[in-house]
Amino acid sequence: MSWAGPEDIFLSTSLASYLDKKLLVLLRDGRKLLGILRSFDQFANAVLEGACERVIVGDLYCDIPLGLYVIRGENVVLIGELDLEREELPPHMICVSAAEIRRAQKAERDATDLKGSMRKRMEFLDLD
Amino acid sequence: MLFFSYFKELVGKEVTVELKNDLAIRGILHSVDQYLNIKLENTRVVDQDKYPHMLSVRNCFIRGSVVRYVQLPPDGVDIDILHDATRREARGGG
Repeated sequence: MSWAGPEDIFLSTSLASYLDKKLLVLLRDGRKLLGILRSFDQFANAVLEGACERVIVGDLYCDIPLGLYVIRGENVVLIGELDLEREELPPHMICVSAAEIRRAQKAERDATDLKGSMRKRMEFLDLD
Repeated sequence: MLFFSYFKELVGKEVTVELKNDLAIRGILHSVDQYLNIKLENTRVVDQDKYPHMLSVRNCFIRGSVVRYVQLPPDGVDIDILHDATRREARGGG
């Protein structure tokens, strides 16, 4: 990936063809950021304008506004161009408030922790 | 640069890229660069239900450092040519 002339940006891996478009950026910690790509370099460092984080818990989701973000390239997994013709999410998913999504996140985390601790206590049974 | 050259030969073919976070994406290989960053077109995620946020992504850029596997079409690799190229490269001939 590098800076490329206007004639071949659509043939190269350069992110230039994604400039000024609405993108989905997946990060290594599993977060999903949406925003408009305003700048990038050869490391996939990227500047997103109007960025927001899309938190998904089960069938609930929430877009939490963040503002202008500079993402360090090493954290980037994937940069996807959003097809504006298509629905961004399946129709059965429900948009909820930030407070509700935080509550759902916590409930999910607690359930995972409980499962982990129960498994630990049952380890002497040699389940595997 | 062997694998860079090799992937360049595969441009236009359908491949499945499996990432280190277990996400697997199938699509037409659009381009590749020296870091083995990959651009795919007409993508679809193999396990769509698990990754609903990827629904409207048609084209994507994948950072080379997060790729675990690239699954190729069965006719994507000519073993004899790759074998020769490997030996040439190992000798330093390029």
